[in-house]
Amino acid sequence: MFKSLKIFLHQGKQFIPDIRTAKAPGVFRGRPVISTDKVDEQALADVCPSGAIGTSPVTIDLGKCLFCGECERCFPGKVHFTDDTHLATNVRERLIIREGEDKPIEVDKTAIRPEIRKIFSGSLKLRQVSAGGDGSCEAELNATGNVQFDASRFGIEFAASPRHADGVLVTGPISANMAKALELTYEACPEPRIVVLDGTDAISGGIFADSPDLDRSFLDTHTVDLYIPGNPAHPLTVINGLLDLTRD
Amino acid sequence: MTMNTNILHITNGSRVSVAQIPVLDYEAFRATALELMGDKARHCVTYFAYPCADALRLIMCIADDAAHDILVFACDVEKGATLASAAADCLALERYEREIHENWGLEFEGHPWYKPVRDFMPNKYKFFEMEGEELHEVGVGPVHAGVIEPGHFRFICNGEDVLHLEIQLGWQHRGVEQLMLEKKRLIERVLLAEGVAGDTSVSHSTAFATVWESLCGFQPSQEVLWARTLAAELERMANHTGDLGAICGDVAYQLGAAVYGRLRTPIVNFSQRWCGNRLGKGNVRPAYAPYAFTEALKQQLLGDLAAYERDFLEMSDKIQHFPSVLSRLDRTGIVKTEQAESIGAVGMAAKCAGVCRDTRASHPYALYEDLNVEPVVKSSGDVLARTELRIDEIKQSLAIVRLLLDNMPSFDGQMRSAGTPAADSFAIALTEGWRGEICHCAVTGADGELVAYKIKDPSFHNWMALALAVRGNEISDFPICNKSFNLSYCGHDL
Repeated sequence: MFKSLKIFLHQGKQFIPDIRTAKAPGVFRGRPVISTDKVDEQALADVCPSGAIGTSPVTIDLGKCLFCGECERCFPGKVHFTDDTHLATNVRERLIIREGEDKPIEVDKTAIRPEIRKIFSGSLKLRQVSAGGDGSCEAELNATGNVQFDASRFGIEFAASPRHADGVLVTGPISANMAKALELTYEACPEPRIVVLDGTDAISGGIFADSPDLDRSFLDTHTVDLYIPGNPAHPLTVINGLLDLTRD
Repeated sequence: MTMNTNILHITNGSRVSVAQIPVLDYEAFRATALELMGDKARHCVTYFAYPCADALRLIMCIADDAAHDILVFACDVEKGATLASAAADCLALERYEREIHENWGLEFEGHPWYKPVRDFMPNKYKFFEMEGEELHEVGVGPVHAGVIEPGHFRFICNGEDVLHLEIQLGWQHRGVEQLMLEKKRLIERVLLAEGVAGDTSVSHSTAFATVWESLCGFQPSQEVLWARTLAAELERMANHTGDLGAICGDVAYQLGAAVYGRLRTPIVNFSQRWCGNRLGKGNVRPAYAPYAFTEALKQQLLGDLAAYERDFLEMSDKIQHFPSVLSRLDRTGIVKTEQAESIGAVGMAAKCAGVCRDTRASHPYALYEDLNVEPVVKSSGDVLARTELRIDEIKQSLAIVRLLLDNMPSFDGQMRSAGTPAADSFAIALTEGWRGEICHCAVTGADGELVAYKIKDPSFHNWMALALAVRGNEISDFPICNKSFNLSYCGHDL
């Protein structure tokens, strides 16, 4: 009993007081800025393993970016990853960063379905579906529930059953073997329900985009409410993205 | 035996010309495999097929933990051939044969259980059944209750007691090995290796980098090996800590779940300070160390470890003497020594059942030769053993990390290239991920391009250990059994 109390006291205050303004410690490869320096644009694009870099003008699509940092290493004056963890948005085009731009990625409030903010602003329970990912996004999603990030303080939690969920959060590039299970899980969620894509693999297929073993047809028939880029997405990116979607 | 003289002996991380690998006829190949596997010091680290001219070439690699070398031999067979199953006489080979059958269409006559590895279709495969009025089936997954990867578990129970568990995987299959051949740029392949199992990205990308450097005939410098060793031990600590939290969570011990859960954070956050990613992605690249390790990082890590160690030891001492936790772990989910040996278990699953298999000691790579790691081995084979092993391995990793920090090399942070892979070559690398032995193997063709790339995660062997462990347990103990192994779905499914 006393030992448990001692352990309890030794933990101190672990929670991050303000999730909205919290910074990731040390270096973090977050929202990139691209300078207007002239470089061999094709050579820059060719460095990228997942085809995220476009030319004239130079762009980086965070829906495809694996945050490996190879472009910054090869073209240090051209590309710089800032420590901005706020990367999530509901508009796919907003994930495309253009050269010369340095502005935050935001959720477009006018594009949010009205029922989302009306119903989910105080409580959001999601059913997570892992579909061909590498398990890293799952590790970070579990971290959102630990005593430090403590997403449940905002009413954000993961539900065991889709029947208790307000939507699905998908990780992984959506393997053909999981396509049906994903559809069934989504259908089992009561309406209204949302779709969140967590991690670059889910948003674009990432490094697996060309694989014949994927079946991404789920995304042809369902509207995505939030894109959360990352490899994996940082807990701060996930929580702030879900907060931006559901409340002011 | 005369047979053995015909076999190539190589060491971990080495390259040989394909022509040096002895090609036996299938009868001799099978007999050699069975004979070698008869020695308990040996186990099969990989067995795969790839197209070679008009035929299929089978390559088997058997590690000898006593002699510290790897025995390699091959066999050419016609496409669509029917072969006598070696698994019929050696269970440890059963999943390899099923995989070869599924990927290349070879038939293995007499195989004990011809069930799909990854390529399952509803209605095509019928699950194992038992009949009896008292029995019922429980199906779980592929989507599970927690934030976890997909797999299907089918239990056959008598009341609360599990008689049989069948595990069907493959849901995460995304074509990693095929993409490894199709994607020609090194950075693409590096990213694929990092994504084999995201929680083991350091050890998988170290295996890839070792294979690549070996194919190119490149010897990485001391600081590169130092960084990989340090990153691997931090990865082990982070995952073991997280698992201890999850084990506490599964027996409803909230203090343990919260404390271990938060103790994982400083370790993964340190990884981010070092390489910009909490799971170590980006930290291992062939030929160079992309992120210099500085004096400031060293001081940061020493401080983090001191704070971690105090709270970790206090918490671990508590659970190791706390009857209500111990009663749930003790004698739950037992894997017996004979079982671990027969299925070819590796890593934690083997070490907890009294089978000492740890690549760091038996086939050392990076700086492990100098570190003389003495594997932690437990004999009881239960959830408690797998819990205590994690505690002991964390203590061991703490010592290794501090020793490495005392001998910190200097880094220049320069990008380097390993060069280009040699033609007609074969390379193999074993690393010890936190779950156990990882094996990457590559074969190049006449133009130096990859013609085969084979990946094996320890979970490939150890899922069968979980299936055996739950027999005779209450089904309500399944979560704690599962968590005590914490096997990888994506690493198995590829």
